[in-house]
Amino acid sequence: MQKKKKRNAPDLSSLVLEKVPTGIRGLDQVTHGGFPKGRTALVCGGPGTGKTLLGLEFLVRGALLYNEPGVCVAMEETAQELVTNMASLGYDLPALIRSKKLAIDYVHIERKQIEETGEYDLEGLFIRLRAAIEQVKAKRVLLDTIELLFLGLKNDGIVRAELRRLFHWLKDAGVTAVVTAEMGDRTLTRYGLEEYVADCVLVLDHRVNEQISTRRLRVVKYRGSSHGTNEYPFLLDDQGISVVPITSAGLTHTASTERISSGVPSLDAMLGKKGFFRGSSVLITGTAGTGKSSFAAAFAGAACARGERALYFAYEESPSQILRNMSSVGQDLEKWIKRGLLRIHATRPTAAGLETHLATVYNEIQEFKPAVVIIDPITNLVAVGDLHSVKAMLTRLIDFLKLKHVTAMFTNLVFGSGVMEETAVGISSLMDTWVVLGDLDQGEAERMRTLNLLKSRGMSHDTRMHRFTLSDKGIEIHGNK
Amino acid sequence: MATSKRVPVRDPANDGSEKAKKPNARPFKRPLWELRLYVAGMTPTSIRAFENLKKLCEEHMHGAYKIQVVDLLERPTLARGDQIIAVPTLVRRLPTPVKKIIGDLSNTERVLVGLDLRPAGGWR
Repeated sequence: MQKKKKRNAPDLSSLVLEKVPTGIRGLDQVTHGGFPKGRTALVCGGPGTGKTLLGLEFLVRGALLYNEPGVCVAMEETAQELVTNMASLGYDLPALIRSKKLAIDYVHIERKQIEETGEYDLEGLFIRLRAAIEQVKAKRVLLDTIELLFLGLKNDGIVRAELRRLFHWLKDAGVTAVVTAEMGDRTLTRYGLEEYVADCVLVLDHRVNEQISTRRLRVVKYRGSSHGTNEYPFLLDDQGISVVPITSAGLTHTASTERISSGVPSLDAMLGKKGFFRGSSVLITGTAGTGKSSFAAAFAGAACARGERALYFAYEESPSQILRNMSSVGQDLEKWIKRGLLRIHATRPTAAGLETHLATVYNEIQEFKPAVVIIDPITNLVAVGDLHSVKAMLTRLIDFLKLKHVTAMFTNLVFGSGVMEETAVGISSLMDTWVVLGDLDQGEAERMRTLNLLKSRGMSHDTRMHRFTLSDKGIEIHGNK
Repeated sequence: MATSKRVPVRDPANDGSEKAKKPNARPFKRPLWELRLYVAGMTPTSIRAFENLKKLCEEHMHGAYKIQVVDLLERPTLARGDQIIAVPTLVRRLPTPVKKIIGDLSNTERVLVGLDLRPAGGWR
């Protein structure tokens, strides 16, 4: 590719900074392609923010996905500790070391053992690094945490001069390096490493807000390249790091004209006799016990019956509870789970912050590739964030879903009758279709369930209030033909 | 300034003789200093370090020493074993504990302190 382009003289693409994909989920999107090739990227953050893991994953993914072996100069943790840490993320470092795709050199400096007298340089470190690079023919290097040199050696002047030499040397060696550093008080890093490594700087952050923690990543600087400038939430799970590259993706998605069934024939009839648009988002609001989850289950069941995958995020009930309850209204969801068409992901909303939930949803969607997503209910997410952040999160989520042409159904619990809840109104503008469920107290012994199709963009739809019933035969809306 | 910690005065000769009194100790054992000097090529600094070391050993160890010079350019893998990052580095392998002195060893007092031949702070 690159060679072909070079023939056309005016084409600038050959002059543009080359990048090395990190292979870390989402990070390449945020950095628009990865780290600068043959240069050094700085990853800084406070303790426990995941700097080392990010660096190691850069090496491991490079070795596994791009056939670029890596060298890790570990100054903080021993090779054995790193192996253990990475095993928890599902990576087998010893196998990589055996197959010569990875070399770990544990550099230990014990200041107590060391006396300094006269001139010296850090050629010893250089020689070790060079030997390790040659051993595996490395293309990637991680220096974790090179700053410890300042703690181990007394002569700051020598350390600084040698670090400068080291980064030049790395550049000449043509390896792409990642350097981790501890966050400083007023500067990005405690010892001002950003003075030396200034091509690409990432800041990791781990915040705890009202007892709920969220990890965030930001590209502070990327010389010679555009990059996403926002703070992106990221997850550390059993598959390593994943950055959620979604900000508001904008309104660039193409709208589909394909229609899909809601799973309730009589509701499809109200929706211009065909159902929802594919890739649209549907909001179902209602007071407690009005049957929101039943609509959600019917929608999921219909998708599975078409042979599509459905992903159900449950924030209120456990999977088995959902299965039991839905079988009472004629939805046998269990068979779809067995066939691998339906997946239920149940968590407590308070188990994580909003951004973490968003990241989980994003990861699950990337992995399962569903045609239909149900979030039941979004109300509970409001419990962990204020309306503003919930709306921001939903905007990002909906943009992402639309780009993927995933049809989404959100349920929302509202309290009381008549007055629309602030949340419902707040998020309804993001939704293409809004179904309001309610009760009508008729002064008799029986409650009457009502359904009103408040809006449905892009189609002529029934606007009347209808009565509906829930039975073991499913949902039936009366009074429309 | 130099180190702030105080190193207890220790005569390596005594350590050796104590061991020699044990029945299974080797009979010929004299107090022996085993030193290793790591360098990276014969640079002026490494030559200076070696000369300083030689002089110091003659003066203070009275022939009971062994110096091994390791050129890391020739044997790069040896750097890992003794955890060498700076050159020149002098490693006192015996008597234990292992001590490291980095630099060209130009400050004799500091080297003696580092080798436990002098208490920190020097003679006054």
